[in-house]
Formats: sequence, structure tokens, C-alpha cells
Amino acid sequence: MPAVQLTDVHKHYGALEVIKGVSLSIERGTVVALIGRSGSGKTTLLRCINGLEAISAGSIDVEGQKVGQKEAELRAIRQIVGIVFQSFNLFPHLTVARNITLALTLVKKLPLAEANDVARRVLTQVGLIEKFDAYPEQLSGGQQQRVAIARSLAMMPKVLLLDEVTSALDPELKEEVLKVVEDLAAQGMTMICVTHEMGFARRVSDEIVFMHQGKVHERGTPEKVFSAPDTPELKQFIASTMI
Amino acid sequence: MRDLSVNDLLTLPGAALWTLALSLMAFVGGGLVGGLIALGRTSRAGWLRTVCAAYIQVLQGTPLLIQLFIWYFGLSVAGMNLSPLVAAAIAFTLNSSAFFAEIWRGSIEAIPRPQWEAAASLGLTRLQQINYVIVPQAVRIALAPTVGFMVQIIKNTSLAALIGFIELARQGQIITNVTFAPMPVYMTVGAIYFVICFPLSILSRHLERRFHAGRAAH
Repeated sequence: MPAVQLTDVHKHYGALEVIKGVSLSIERGTVVALIGRSGSGKTTLLRCINGLEAISAGSIDVEGQKVGQKEAELRAIRQIVGIVFQSFNLFPHLTVARNITLALTLVKKLPLAEANDVARRVLTQVGLIEKFDAYPEQLSGGQQQRVAIARSLAMMPKVLLLDEVTSALDPELKEEVLKVVEDLAAQGMTMICVTHEMGFARRVSDEIVFMHQGKVHERGTPEKVFSAPDTPELKQFIASTMI
Repeated sequence: MRDLSVNDLLTLPGAALWTLALSLMAFVGGGLVGGLIALGRTSRAGWLRTVCAAYIQVLQGTPLLIQLFIWYFGLSVAGMNLSPLVAAAIAFTLNSSAFFAEIWRGSIEAIPRPQWEAAASLGLTRLQQINYVIVPQAVRIALAPTVGFMVQIIKNTSLAALIGFIELARQGQIITNVTFAPMPVYMTVGAIYFVICFPLSILSRHLERRFHAGRAAH
């Protein structure tokens, strides 16, 4: 069973169709990078996988579980699918530790002491254990993003979605986040990353999926995609990112 | 007619306590009802948003004095005799609930959409998202305008004088009627309102500066 199975997924907003029939099968332990121009539907597709966007037709299954639209189905899916956002979206009124333990205590019903142990473990994993009691605003962007990743990891997701996780960061802060993502990849985490950064895609992914006009236009290993793209659209896209 | 004495003026602080009591009822009652209306106004259920919007529109779009008259005179003709205190308490509670609801709706809507999404993505229920993520942040934004509106409530309670409820303004009228010394009496009444309201205005301005960005310094 693949970790994530998308079958003929369509998504439209009114008359505007942004995803026009995407089928994709993602095996456990692989890292897939979704690339493509703005408006190609890659972020929308990612957000459909944890139900932040409802699909219009088709189906999505994660670990054999259907991504439905009912509240209970959505909550079940979100317990096995983590997401990290471009703009971190930490809760500014809570400490780093509480950002991580909130869902552990509310959703997983762990006692606070146990949740704090989990928080310490995931913060150590992203190298920020010393920020346990800090507030998000006291952290740099890179640190905030690592906390956001730790917050997702604490829920023990089976699949992690990364939505342009380094785009909002200064170049010198991107590296620390990239490093954390690479570590996760090495540990066998199944990840789907939307990214505009080809360096990132090349470094962490096992497979590149190029989205164009709401469809999967071409896919392949990073070596293949970057050195010998088949379609003129991908060729052109890659050339445009080199500028 | 008799001359104004110090004893007359000394009845004013006692009457001011009724002003405070009525304000407190309007604040607590209006706060509770307003909180529910604000949640209804930001609900995902379209019909509930419409009902709450209509509630707010009706109460904000009609004069408070008329609402007060309806609760007191209107209901008494219909056979329900409410005391001035009860009628005033109901009228002020409902009226301020509409204003609180609007202030708090704005504060809830000021919390960026991604905060909801982040909370939902962690598996929190809608109610948990509201309780643990949205409201704690919205409260900071709402604090200054809420305290500011309390000043409005206090001044508005003077309208209760018109249905015969004896609070600060009404007591001033009563003294004026027997002494015919409106200037010193109403100056004192005004001064007492000011003494009550001014600290709240200062507090509101202080809170506004402190939480200006919506995020507190810790």
C-alpha cells in the first residue's frame, strides 16, 4: 500500500479549475518534491492531502485512510498527516513547548508531563531544546520554522507535507531548516514538499513531480529531471529557475 | 422650592452606585450574550451568521432610548410590568451585547486565517481551535476597545432616568426639581460621571498602546 494515493483528483473554485485530474502514488519512505510555476496547482494539491482544501472530484487516501470532508474524517487524517507552512504559523501567545504540547494534550490526550517529554525529544531533534520556554517572537525565522517542524513531528505523522518551508527565510537561515528536512529524509520520513528552490528539490527528494496547468506534466528522479527533461515546458521551467 | 444644601449633593454618590450597578449588569450580561453572538457571527453556518447579523443590525440601528421605552412602557401596555431596574437591565444588556459582538467579531477576524489552519492541521476540533488558539489572541486585540466601550455603557445608563430609574442622572433631576439649582447640581453629576469614566479611558488608551501590535511583550 502506498503512503499516499491520489486518484484522478480535481479541484475547482467556481468555474476556475486549478487541478485537472491528478493521479499520483507515493511510496512509504520517499520524498517527493512538487515543482512548477505559480498557479500550477502544486500548493493547492498539497493542501488537499490533509483536507485544508476539499477536492471536487477523485479521491485521496493516506495509509489506506480516505481523506473525507466530514469533521471526524478530517481530524483522523490530520493525526497521520503533518503540515509545515511557509509562514511557520506558530501560535504567538504560547511558548515553544506549549506550541508542541497543545495538540498532544488535546488531541492525543497525553498527560502534560508526557507531552513535555515528547516536546523535549522533538526539540532536541531539531536542535532547539534551549528554546523550550521561549516565545515564537523571540526566535529567528529559521528557528521558528524548526519549531514548526518539531510541532508536526511530535504528532508522529506518517506523512509530512512541507509547503515552501524555506521561502520566507533569508538565505543564511534556509540552510538550518534544510538540514532538518534532510535528517528527516534520512530517517525514512515520507514527505511531500512544494518548493520553488531547485537546490532544495535536488538535495532532499527521491522523485520530482513537475506540475503544469493543474496536471502532472512530467515526473522522474532529480538526476533525470534536471539533466534531461523530456518536455519543453519542464525544460523551459528549469531554465527559468537558473536565472 | 428650597435652597440647595450640601446634604442634597451628598445623595449623589449613593445614586452613582446605581449607575455603577446598572453598568455592571450591562457589562456582564452584555458580555455573555455578546460573546455568543460574536461566535455565531464568525460561525461556519451561514444561517447562524445571518441571524446574528440581523440581531446586531436591529439593536445598533435603533435608538437605545426607544429600546428602553419598549421594554418598560411597551411591555407594560402588553400586560407585563417590569420594574424600571429590570427593564433597564434587559435593555442595556441586549444593546451592549450587540456592540460587544461587533468588537469581538472584528477581533476574531483579525486573527490570520493560517492560525486556524495550523490548529486544524494538528487535529484540534473547531471548539478547541477557538478556545486555545483564536480567542486567547483575539482577547489582546479586543481589550482596549472593550474597555473603551465600557465608558459608553456608563454614560448610556443615564437614559434610564427617563423611565424613572433612580441613578445618578435621575437623582440630579430630582434635586433640581426641588431646589431649582441646575448648574451646581448637574455640574456635580457631570463631575461624578467623569471621575468614573476617566480612569477607564486612560486604561483603554494604555491597553491600546501596550497591545497595539496584537502581540504582547512577555
